[in-house]
Amino acid sequence: MSDAGRHTLSVLVENKPGVLTRIAGMFARRAYNIHSLAVGPTDNPQLSRLTLVVGSDAVQVEQIVKQLNKLVHVIKILELDPTESVERELQMVKVNAPAEVRGQILQLVDVFRAKVCDVDHDAITIEASGSPEKLEALQALLEPYGIRELVRSGTISLGRGAKSITDGSKNRMQRVV
Amino acid sequence: MDKQTITGAQAVMRSLEQLGVDVVFGYPGGAILPLYDPMLDSPVQHVLARHEQGAIHAASGYAHATGRVGVCIVTSGPAATNLVTGLADAQMDSIPVVAITGQVSSAAIGTDAFQEADVTGITMPVTKHNELVTSPERIAGAIKEAFHIAETGRPGAVLVDIPKDILAALLDWSWPQHVDLPGYRPTVRGHSRMVKQAIALIGESTRPVIYAGGGLMRANAADELMELAELLQVPVVTTLMARGIFPDEHELALGMPGMHGHYTAVRALQESDLLITLGARFDDRVTGDLEHFAPHAKVIHVDVDPAEIGKNRVADVPIVGDAKVVVGQLVKDARERIERGDAVVPDAAAWRQHLKEMQAEHPLLCDQEPDGPIKPQTAIRAIYDAWGPEGTYVAGVGQHQMWTSQLIPWSRPRQWINSGGLGTMGYAVPAAIGAKAGLPDTPVIAIDGDGCFQMTFQEIAAAVQHDLNVVFCVINNGFLGMVRQWQHLFYDDRLSSVHLPQDLPDLVKIADAYGIPGFRATTMDELSKVLGEAALITDSCVLIDVRVDPQEMVFPMIPAGGSNEMMIESVDELRARQAEDAAAAADSEA
Repeated sequence: MSDAGRHTLSVLVENKPGVLTRIAGMFARRAYNIHSLAVGPTDNPQLSRLTLVVGSDAVQVEQIVKQLNKLVHVIKILELDPTESVERELQMVKVNAPAEVRGQILQLVDVFRAKVCDVDHDAITIEASGSPEKLEALQALLEPYGIRELVRSGTISLGRGAKSITDGSKNRMQRVV
Repeated sequence: MDKQTITGAQAVMRSLEQLGVDVVFGYPGGAILPLYDPMLDSPVQHVLARHEQGAIHAASGYAHATGRVGVCIVTSGPAATNLVTGLADAQMDSIPVVAITGQVSSAAIGTDAFQEADVTGITMPVTKHNELVTSPERIAGAIKEAFHIAETGRPGAVLVDIPKDILAALLDWSWPQHVDLPGYRPTVRGHSRMVKQAIALIGESTRPVIYAGGGLMRANAADELMELAELLQVPVVTTLMARGIFPDEHELALGMPGMHGHYTAVRALQESDLLITLGARFDDRVTGDLEHFAPHAKVIHVDVDPAEIGKNRVADVPIVGDAKVVVGQLVKDARERIERGDAVVPDAAAWRQHLKEMQAEHPLLCDQEPDGPIKPQTAIRAIYDAWGPEGTYVAGVGQHQMWTSQLIPWSRPRQWINSGGLGTMGYAVPAAIGAKAGLPDTPVIAIDGDGCFQMTFQEIAAAVQHDLNVVFCVINNGFLGMVRQWQHLFYDDRLSSVHLPQDLPDLVKIADAYGIPGFRATTMDELSKVLGEAALITDSCVLIDVRVDPQEMVFPMIPAGGSNEMMIESVDELRARQAEDAAAAADSEA
């Protein structure tokens, strides 16, 4: 994945049926690329928040933001600058771990500040979180042992400092048109 | 507040009444049955279409003609899927329409029930917004919001899908006082700094052009546009969707730009140093190859939809806002600065003179021989002469549409209704019926092609049944003329599936079958006689079959994807250019 065109968008949406379809459909229809998408509820049950990582140049990202804004259920979009935000992704990897190599693998787990979340005779499942780059590095180091399966959550991200995406938009939630 | 227990269906009708709807276009069926009962007791009139596509195009024609939201009501499944074309058409041309569709009962959703379709899913990409109503209490809010979304900001198509059980359920009626849409806040006023920058840029230009688009029509901004153009003496081109927003006979009018536009309008954009773009979207049919479009021009871009700004062409001065409001701001700022003695009126006398001369040198060509076949251009001019500027003219898509747009001297907004962005063949007949429903005292004339006409002429029954007296003129050349033109010019005249025999069907017999007067004109003499007779009929629909020269082609033209620099005005010019290109290719090989 080339980072040159990597942009992280944090999107606050009304928690309404079909909102994810509307967003995914807009990307498909206009031929934009999504690298990853993570979605979940927020502290406000009326709202969900998506983190979208898109692979586009700046001009296209501007169009993506404008097109997203046209969706009635989209309330606010922030583009998060990687230097001014914290990004995390969760990864679970099930890797072959017979007794003779298990020690080596556990050392990797330690170095990457990951955790073992399941152990069996032949395999262990590792839970790691961090930046996409860190997870890819761990994955590369585990590959020689034989990865049985792997799942990633998609990136989630928050801006650094005290500011929040809902600053200035709380009134809007009650505002009448 | 009036608290009453009523059914969901009654709530739908009350909501429409609250919103001032006078007429809806629709077609009943299973899931929407509960709604057709209280409709009998409502002052809202229902026009029974003959196909759901006809109903939605009629709603769009109504909205085009009146500026009010057009409403369409149909049942679930196939009826709702039949709306897809009309919704996409309205959405592309920013026409405010609301479709209300029946859905299978809530419990049956997802079971592949009879006449079930995922209508909100299917129509998501072709609507501005849509909603599946999940409780009877939500009906009034959903419909109020649908109208609000359809007619504000950049207008468009909105669909409300209501399951049958929810139409039948009881609720305590109350009409919501407000629309609560936290994610929907269209910008109305332009940024004042941008407005000032725009006026400054206009003052510095020497070859300015106002590129006027359909957004001005949607915003009812004709007066503001006239003020701006006259105040600053800037020539105006009007796109296909904006024909009539600025009168063609005005000295600053240059006509229509684009693939089949007027020569001077196309050249004006190409030679301009400043495009004052108002409610237009740099559509490919206007720009041709974007890289070579208006290469010397800076761009002021006014649009209510921020996503249009910078989408196709970078704007030097972007202004987001309602066209009527923003053009009003531009006029106000310019006036104030003129009063202060600032030089904001561009020094463009030489430019206007240049364009005037160009207009004189490049008229639209049509060689009508008095004894020869009727040229389609002659027919369209004669139709306009018969019904005049009071008429509202509605076209389908193809050659007849381009000629009508080119040749009629448009003089007022909403006088011209057509399917622009989506290019929907078959639009004219139902859209004209919808327009007539909105403008009962205005002559409404559908100028249709023979191909288009055969896609939707079943709707004549709806017109006859509801006394919506429309004049249907078929420019009958026995071909899918535009496709034939392209096959002739770019596929060595290998005509493939474009022949529609001129007398299949016999259109006069079709008129007879619908019980309306039918006429046929095959010669110039017959044309004037027939139009003279037909124009006297005001108490019935009329169908006129004008047999025209099938060989005629639309010029000027810019081959698709070509640069606007490649505009050709006649077939001879195209052939000469093709020969030159072939010679150049042979040279480079040798």
